[in-house]
Amino acid sequence: MTHCFRLLTLSIIGFSLAACGDDATTSTPAEPETAVAETPQPLVVYSSRAEQLIAPLFDAFTADTGIDVQYVTDSAQPLIERLKAEGTSTPASVLLTVDAGVLWFAEQQGVLQPANSPVLDARVPDAYRDPQGHWYGLSLRARTIVYDNRELAADELTGYVDLADEKWRGRLCLRTSKKVYNQSLVAMMIAEYGEARAEEVVRGWVANLAEPVFANDTKLVEAIEDGRCDVGIVNSYYFGRLQRERELPVSIFWQPETLGGVHVNVSGAGITANAPSRDAAQRLLEWFAGDRGQQLFASLNLEFPVVASVPVDPIVAAWGEMSPSDRTLVDAGRLQADAVKLMDRAGYR
Amino acid sequence: MTAWRLAALAIALLMLLPLGVAVGALATPTGDIWAHLTEHVLPAVVRNTAGLSVCVAIASAVLGGTAAWLTAMVDFPGRRFFAWALLLPLALPGYVIAFALAGVFDYSGAVANLWQSLFGVRMPRLGAGTASAVCLSLTLYPYVYLLVRQAFVTQGQRCLEVAQSLGMDRLTGFRRVALPMARPWFATGVALVVMETLADFGTVKVFNFDTFTTAIYGAWFGLFSLPAALQLSALLLLFVALAVAGEQFWRSKARYVSRDAAARPRYLVVSRTQALLACTFCVLLFAVAFVVPVLQLVLWAIEMASSEITLRYWSFVRASVSLGVMAAVFVTLLGLLLGYSERRAPGIATTWSVRIATLGYAMPGTVLAVGFFVAVSATGDWLGVTLTGTILVMLLAYAARFLAVGYGPLGTGLQRITPNIDDAARGLGVSGLSLLRRVHWPMLRTGVATAALLVFVDVMKELPITLLTRPFGWDTLAVRIFQLTTEGEWQRAAIPALAIVAAGLLPVLWLHRHSDRH
Repeated sequence: MTHCFRLLTLSIIGFSLAACGDDATTSTPAEPETAVAETPQPLVVYSSRAEQLIAPLFDAFTADTGIDVQYVTDSAQPLIERLKAEGTSTPASVLLTVDAGVLWFAEQQGVLQPANSPVLDARVPDAYRDPQGHWYGLSLRARTIVYDNRELAADELTGYVDLADEKWRGRLCLRTSKKVYNQSLVAMMIAEYGEARAEEVVRGWVANLAEPVFANDTKLVEAIEDGRCDVGIVNSYYFGRLQRERELPVSIFWQPETLGGVHVNVSGAGITANAPSRDAAQRLLEWFAGDRGQQLFASLNLEFPVVASVPVDPIVAAWGEMSPSDRTLVDAGRLQADAVKLMDRAGYR
Repeated sequence: MTAWRLAALAIALLMLLPLGVAVGALATPTGDIWAHLTEHVLPAVVRNTAGLSVCVAIASAVLGGTAAWLTAMVDFPGRRFFAWALLLPLALPGYVIAFALAGVFDYSGAVANLWQSLFGVRMPRLGAGTASAVCLSLTLYPYVYLLVRQAFVTQGQRCLEVAQSLGMDRLTGFRRVALPMARPWFATGVALVVMETLADFGTVKVFNFDTFTTAIYGAWFGLFSLPAALQLSALLLLFVALAVAGEQFWRSKARYVSRDAAARPRYLVVSRTQALLACTFCVLLFAVAFVVPVLQLVLWAIEMASSEITLRYWSFVRASVSLGVMAAVFVTLLGLLLGYSERRAPGIATTWSVRIATLGYAMPGTVLAVGFFVAVSATGDWLGVTLTGTILVMLLAYAARFLAVGYGPLGTGLQRITPNIDDAARGLGVSGLSLLRRVHWPMLRTGVATAALLVFVDVMKELPITLLTRPFGWDTLAVRIFQLTTEGEWQRAAIPALAIVAAGLLPVLWLHRHSDRH
């Protein structure tokens, strides 16, 4: 019988802990019940961009505008399904994600509405936003070539397509095709060169692989450092993060503008279709596109601001001038499924 | 009688919600996706998944079974320590162990460097499939260990003594008496291991090994087709339902003896060499499954501690522990209800209710979470209330996912309380609540504690349901791991991972003290 009581006690502890949890969170700015009572409703953001990359921004936004922000983080697709399921009763006014393909998909699923903001239209270049204003890119994530600077000089490299050339046999390293960054890279290649040519390139890459594809970009850079491959394709901020930790015998290469520039993806956001706080949502997006917002947004993760005039982090600046591709990122979403199928066919795992 | 049947049906309804969403998706056309999947994706992933499941099932059964036999029956130095220590890997999330072991054994890791300085050549690297199988076996063997050890401890020495008096040597006695008697516990443990392997995404992702689960997420995230992902899930669950039916058929052929309550634990006395071997096995298993990954985590944690540990950790720990405890109590109660329904109202309806109710453990977490969320929102709209965003819905979703864990250890325990025992008790004038308290509870409490512990640690590690259904302010340690790992900050994630291990330690110790009193 004592065990019965023990179980009972445990459950009581559980529930009282839960109650404590509630008490504790009411003191933080993010708590619905208290907010509904006197202050205006907080702005709710669904975000697939990691908390540590957005929380400081929201704090700065609240300090500037007095608008409280509450956020829920999850992967992008479950958040989109959540918005669909919640319909008009959704608490969220903003969807924030880290990939243009997902933003395009969200627009297709009808969970976003146009921002109708001249400020955003003026600040964010055409290539990095939805033509109707359903979503706006807020930082650029460059997916580019890195190479072993003990083995290679920058002038031996040309660009992404050249990595399919036979001279790179057994020297190339790639990350898994399951990562959306590679899916949008290939989608943009389909947009640029057509499906047949893109498939040829991907097959060439696969034939040149020095090792099975990697699960993440960090492992890939380490493989180059280790001398197991000479060249690879990664997001520049992963490289920057490692560079912050230690000296690397690895350098970054930007595909020149004449060949189409560097492949970029965006972190971006849109106003939800049933946004309960539409005005506040628009203010947040416009604040993100402002100079202060841009600088914070990009530098927290060593990314590039979408507004070209805003300065980049010193680590990023040291990599030299980067000309991003100006092909519209709508293509990344529109052609993503085709890109995935293409990579499956080409044996790019 | 019908009340019991209705209760079982009501519990099965929890799982029927996401299952219904998945089956409903079968009617949605998905264009040429299936043709593409069948030609380029499915052949490899079906082969990989089958191979992985079989390997992990065998390895977990061997590792868990051997460890259980040694710590329950054999006298060797360190037995008392290993009895609980070998449970500890249970508290480590599989995706974390995978990353820690990959960190240690990968090319740039410590072991590889040591190997290179010793032998002058690069250490050969495990293939993605082998690495995934090893990691999954190391994290999942405790399910078999926990259940089978319970069987060995409670079946007592007497049967073995009888076997020996009949002229069997020890090995034959083990093979022909102890093993068959522990069969239902093996079956339950291995079934849990296989279901978890089928649903695993975190571990195979670290090693980039393609399985059915990766195909499901690929269809959803890559090809933008949730219907195709749901269809694949429905197909996976069909296989699981068949496997579960098989397991239950296998189990139904076995007969069980009641616990030999009078037997005090007595251990087999073995030679010094044998004792040394037993000790070596346990040391190795404990080292690889727990000490090495945890050391790696500790090294990372020390590096990152100053920037990562803040006062917010208290709220993470509090949310994790409260959710774990609440879910453990809730799911175990539902498991008991299900077990008693099966006992009091046997029949086809109840059997299938149980089967369906326990399917959720094999469904990839995110798919189940979304299916559940969609179904609950629709129900809420229909009733005109907002159900989502409450703790209750979170607990119901956990129940849909973890009922297999809450029910499994109880189901085997309940089977041992034969109708004869009830009749005998009634003959002695013990019935009703008093029968439950005085006869059933003593025989069930280990099973109840096991179920509660498993649900607790599973909920602490759980991610997709927690992410999708948590109310504001309910960020757990696992959520923190997610935040850090989505941007590849695995080293920093060592800190919340270690906190999960620490929080999981207490119930493991409690369970150990509780179950070893026999």
